Amino acid sequence: MNATQDEEIRLSMSEDDYFADTKKLSKRHALSKIWHVIFAASTLVGIVALTALLLNVFNNAFGYIALENSIQPEELAIDGVSIEEMSKENLVTILGDHVSKGLMRRFESGMTWEERSRENVYNLVLERVVDPKSVAQWTLYESLFKVNEIQQEMTEKYTEANLIFKSWITPSFITLPQSSNPLNAGVRTAILGSLWIIFISIVFSFPIGVGAAVYLQEYAKDSFVNRIIQTNINNLAGVPSIIYGILGLALFVRALNLITSGAVFGYTDPMTANGRTILSAGLTLGLLILPLIIINAQEAIKAVPNSLRQASYGMGATRWQTIWNHVLPSALPGILTGTILAISRAIGETAPLVVVGASTFITFDPDGPFSKFTTLPIQIYQWTARPQDVFRNIAAGAIIVLLILLLSMNAIAVLLRNKYSRRL
Amino acid sequence: MASSNPETSNGRYVFEAKDLNLFYGDFLAVKDVNMNIERNKITAIIGPSGCGKSTVLRSLNRMNDLIPEYHATGEVIFNGINIYDDDIDPVEVRRHIGMVFQKPNPFPKSIYENIAWGARKVTKYSGNMDDLVEHSLRQAALWDEVKDVLDQSGLALSGGQQQRLCIARALAVKPNVILMDEPASALDPIATLKIEDLLQELKKDYTIVIVTHNMQEAARASDFTAFFNMDEDRAGYLVEYGETTRIFTFPDQKLTENYISGRFG
Ligand SMILES: Nc1ncnc2c1ncn2[C@@H]1O[C@H](COP(=O)(O)OP(=O)(O)OP(=O)(O)O)[C@@H](O)[C@H]1O
Ligand SMILES: [Mg+2]
Repeated sequence: MNATQDEEIRLSMSEDDYFADTKKLSKRHALSKIWHVIFAASTLVGIVALTALLLNVFNNAFGYIALENSIQPEELAIDGVSIEEMSKENLVTILGDHVSKGLMRRFESGMTWEERSRENVYNLVLERVVDPKSVAQWTLYESLFKVNEIQQEMTEKYTEANLIFKSWITPSFITLPQSSNPLNAGVRTAILGSLWIIFISIVFSFPIGVGAAVYLQEYAKDSFVNRIIQTNINNLAGVPSIIYGILGLALFVRALNLITSGAVFGYTDPMTANGRTILSAGLTLGLLILPLIIINAQEAIKAVPNSLRQASYGMGATRWQTIWNHVLPSALPGILTGTILAISRAIGETAPLVVVGASTFITFDPDGPFSKFTTLPIQIYQWTARPQDVFRNIAAGAIIVLLILLLSMNAIAVLLRNKYSRRL
Repeated sequence: MASSNPETSNGRYVFEAKDLNLFYGDFLAVKDVNMNIERNKITAIIGPSGCGKSTVLRSLNRMNDLIPEYHATGEVIFNGINIYDDDIDPVEVRRHIGMVFQKPNPFPKSIYENIAWGARKVTKYSGNMDDLVEHSLRQAALWDEVKDVLDQSGLALSGGQQQRLCIARALAVKPNVILMDEPASALDPIATLKIEDLLQELKKDYTIVIVTHNMQEAARASDFTAFFNMDEDRAGYLVEYGETTRIFTFPDQKLTENYISGRFG
């Protein structure tokens, strides 16, 4: 209705009606203002909670640390030449003087001294001989606003230590494997584990989930049995994830041990023969997200207008041609978005993987589906459970890595959706 | 299918409906239809809302079979073959009898692909696709408007253009018959006239059956008119069928006269 029409209606009302109307109107405005405030408040609560979470993580991921060396680098100087300028041979000598013979042999069997670069040996000296340790950490907040207190504490308690500003999340944090030394620990093993497991759960659950959704939406008749199946799928999506862990333990780790340990494929590494492998974990998370994928794909298929199917059938297309050429392409953006959201859930899962048997400490890269595994959330969980404060800092670093991973997955979801819907 | 019966496919009638009863579950939607539809003519189906016009139309190419509770008794002889025989594949039937719907429903693909898809996938057309696309669009009187934007989405066209695209799409798979369910009801008068002109062109090569709510349209555009009504059980039945000029000037039935003159319906 346009303004002049509005006006005419007003004018055609008697004076009394007009005021009765404005009274009602002001009441309605008041009511709508109340709703406005309520909705704004709930949004605000959400934003505050989210900000608090992020602040807490960042508070731990950056800050001053007190770094104390076992041996000061100056003490290692030979004939006045500091270790920074020293030749490789002298560095090897220093290393030999300070670490055990066994360790030296381990170094040498990894790579001979001739093969190692000066850089490499220098890093070994720093790591093993100078061996810096963080004896105290401060949060980002303290580092920014309580510098005086920190300095005072340094002069009182940590006279041997250097105060440096440390970012716990660095390129080497991402590329280094796990280590018992928090200053050298990284999340490489965990990231690779997470990616492997996600890969396997997608390969397992995407085709099955989309297939089931196509069957339920396009083929299944509205029968009693099918309605029971549908209800069960909806309920499965709400089952606590630990139950899936127990199922995965019984089914993949125990019952299908020969397959998940790789024994039937001739993979007989005694370390993984118990079935607690990437494959078991991937399949378990695959089961976990399967109902989510089915439901999301069903919704996407349901949203495809019936007129599109009619157009296709009306030309003499078969059901398969109709589904494959028209229904699925139209539903694809929705299916992909739903799948990526399901995967985001899987990336963050911890409990079922603990049950299936994630490793507590591995330092080697997973090399395939039959490898032992750890994942980012498991790693975070283990670090936060350590008594030493310093592990809380690297846990915060790992949380940021996990968040970045999740955000990039969601970004991919948005990009995919835009790409495929623009094609229409 | 059609080609397997060369004699009858040249006969006078494309469709012969015999004692056709159409059901949705237990509900008898249309009863006892007996009518013959002539080749290369436009036959209009008119009648009040809910009398089963769409149901009858969709029974002619077995589109109704997509509705699980639907079933039919009786026969529809299409070029000498009963399309409700047990050994007939409904998909095959629809290849020979194209359909245009009330609401334009182009595929969410380019204009070119809208035409090419059916030829490529359904009839496995092996000739020059560009020629086929151009020919079909010309037949549907759309070529001049879209020839420069063939890779643009079919959904970006106006409603009337979309409907002509749907007609072109149906033509590209070379059907014998085109069924149209109120093809112009969502269009403005100008676009409607365009479609009507188009029908006159198309009837040289195709048989057309069209459902319409618009009396003038039926009178203007069709050669034959079938008037349906429904009885007290809401079952539709054929009241009167014949040449349009006669139906609109000297109908046999009082009911037809009342409906055409707008006294009910
Ligand atoms: N899918 C269906 N399931 C059950 N009943 C149906 C179905 N489709 C149509 N009907 C019923 O069949 C009867 C005829 O419907 P139909 O759509 O053929 O009428 P119509 O003459 O085309 O009406 P309109 O002019 O409004 O399009 C109506 O009573 C309708 O309720
Ligand atoms: Mg209808």
